[in-house]
Amino acid sequence: MAKSLESEHPIKAYGYAAHDTTGTFSPVTFSRRVTGEKDVRFKVLYCGVCHSDLHYAKNEWGVTTYPVIPGHEIVGVVTEVGSKVEKFKVGDKVGVGCLVGSCRSCESCSSDCEQFCPTQTLTYGVPNFDGTQAYGGYSDHMISDEHFVLRWPENLPLDSGAPLLCAGITTYSPLRYFGLDKPGMKVGVVGLGGLGHVAVKMAKAFGADVTVFSTTAAKKQEAIEGLKADHFINSRDEEEMKAAASTLDGIIDTVSGNHPIVPLLGALKPNGKLVLLGAPEKPVELAAFALILGRKIVAGSAIGGLKETQEMLDFSAKHGITADIELIPIDYVNTAMDRLLKSDVRYRFVIDVANSLKAE
Amino acid sequence: MAAKSLESEHPIKAYGYAAHDTTGTFSPVTFSRRVTGEKDVRFKVLYCGVCHSDLHYAKNEWGVTTYPVIPGHEIVGVVTEVGSKVEKFKVGDKVGVGCLVGSCRSCESCSSDCEQFCPTQTLTYGVPNFDGTQAYGGYSDHMISDEHFVLRWPENLPLDSGAPLLCAGITTYSPLRYFGLDKPGMKVGVVGLGGLGHVAVKMAKAFGADVTVFSTTAAKKQEAIEGLKADHFINSRDEEEMKAAASTLDGIIDTVSGNHPIVPLLGALKPNGKLVLLGAPEKPVELAAFALILGRKIVAGSAIGGLKETQEMLDFSAKHGITADIELIPIDYVNTAMDRLLKSDVRYRFVIDVANSLKAE
Repeated sequence: MAKSLESEHPIKAYGYAAHDTTGTFSPVTFSRRVTGEKDVRFKVLYCGVCHSDLHYAKNEWGVTTYPVIPGHEIVGVVTEVGSKVEKFKVGDKVGVGCLVGSCRSCESCSSDCEQFCPTQTLTYGVPNFDGTQAYGGYSDHMISDEHFVLRWPENLPLDSGAPLLCAGITTYSPLRYFGLDKPGMKVGVVGLGGLGHVAVKMAKAFGADVTVFSTTAAKKQEAIEGLKADHFINSRDEEEMKAAASTLDGIIDTVSGNHPIVPLLGALKPNGKLVLLGAPEKPVELAAFALILGRKIVAGSAIGGLKETQEMLDFSAKHGITADIELIPIDYVNTAMDRLLKSDVRYRFVIDVANSLKAE
Repeated sequence: MAAKSLESEHPIKAYGYAAHDTTGTFSPVTFSRRVTGEKDVRFKVLYCGVCHSDLHYAKNEWGVTTYPVIPGHEIVGVVTEVGSKVEKFKVGDKVGVGCLVGSCRSCESCSSDCEQFCPTQTLTYGVPNFDGTQAYGGYSDHMISDEHFVLRWPENLPLDSGAPLLCAGITTYSPLRYFGLDKPGMKVGVVGLGGLGHVAVKMAKAFGADVTVFSTTAAKKQEAIEGLKADHFINSRDEEEMKAAASTLDGIIDTVSGNHPIVPLLGALKPNGKLVLLGAPEKPVELAAFALILGRKIVAGSAIGGLKETQEMLDFSAKHGITADIELIPIDYVNTAMDRLLKSDVRYRFVIDVANSLKAE
């Protein structure tokens, strides 16, 4: 028996949802489960707008079940905890990122890599394993199993820290995993957007010498003066690319538009690593020789496990890393999506949920 | 200054087989090599493996060949002369030379025993030396090399069937070590069962891996399982078999140089798995970024290794009884061998019986 959004679960909730591939958002009333013994329920204060929210809203990846309530950079204050919750109490500041469930017993889960669990539950966009829809942070409140709730560090701003829950972990994790987190390492960042600008901050905090690659020459000033990158290269300038040959230990590529990767491989030293975070629509062309000569690597990465996400938040609090944000009321979200498509934001929208989302 | 002929280029006479144009056809030549310098080791060539690279260079398929080219970089022989400052070798020693005969010895790569990454390396043959002279490989009566690039031949390693290890051996051993696929119990795939592939299987088995061979030739199953002791065989063109292999492997060594899709191979990797390309297909491969992003997978490339690691590989091979499966041929068979190599009609490496078949003109 199909249930309506409102009657699906016992506890009333409200938010913004997209209903079809236009990706246009509008207010909805929906519902969430009761607080289970291991659950943490919290009022949403802020929710970052990730480009994935737009991909899902428009069903660009072909996996969306409508209506979709996105948002996986969610920060809030605890309103209720289940009887077996140990790590949180009412009034705590918390965050939830891209995962709200996993099997907790497979090889990946046992090694704190829940992001590889074959039966993971995403915060929104695809059905839960019990078949119910998962709803994200464009809503008045969230509920999650304790294991997937992050403790919000004392001195980390709630609004500009929210994007760290996706952009932060997605850039922090590969810098650590691929050994690009040692002082003095020469790290490239391709693309200066939501992911890219956080990647620069993370790499700088690790003590790297950072080179930003961009096709927009105008971003040079922002890169060097705003984000404190050490170098800027216009990736369309052949001379500049040539001069950068064999100079970098690694490159974090955040660009999701179609772009060639072989020139980026040329910028790597022997044993260098090119890590793809963005997923271009078309497959990239890879000339095997570009990897064979110099034993270079192309890898992919996305988010990270819960333990590492907490570590990333604490690291960010310690080093004063936040996203550069534009705070918006929730009814601005459709305009924000249009601007996001044109990369017209420096660099992440964050929805001021608590101050702008009202029950219908 | 007048261009020197092959014979007068250097003071010491030598003879071998060379290709002179993009037909890649070999014929006997007389040429010359330098005198033995103070750090040089001069040796009589006993055996030389035929690597597919020899054919690529002979036909100038990579566009870098200077003719005439005398290939051969799996060279085994016996020392006939050493320079006054040579410390590690003496006359009569059995030695080998692989793909490198020179490097700067001072850059970051050379200092970390990775001479294969030196920007000013000298290959054994095929591209000019840094001093502008041509480098000539092992399809010849004798070789000369700086001591640093000469390998000590292990006591109990056969000279003939061990020769291909100098390229195929190090090229498969190195990535198994570097990418951490050398731990007992690791699940390792090998794609392609040819010169590189069959050695990759032997190396992986010696490391204690559970080995899966991927091949488009169903007929190779018996050779893979019974001959090479691989644990599993998958027909890479069979969708059901590929699906069943999803997310099972820690790493895959891909030795195939023909064009082939890599995304299905990425599917066979577990999270954090590594696909290492050893063969260089003519066309770029297509890579869907999601195939790497979901599961944090890696595609890497690798070729040969440094001198220290090459010696380590030879000693490892001697210890574990690893040799190539070879077909020993006289040097005047080389053109036929190349034709057969093109059709993969060899199990699995030709080795030239140089000392017994190469005669001065």
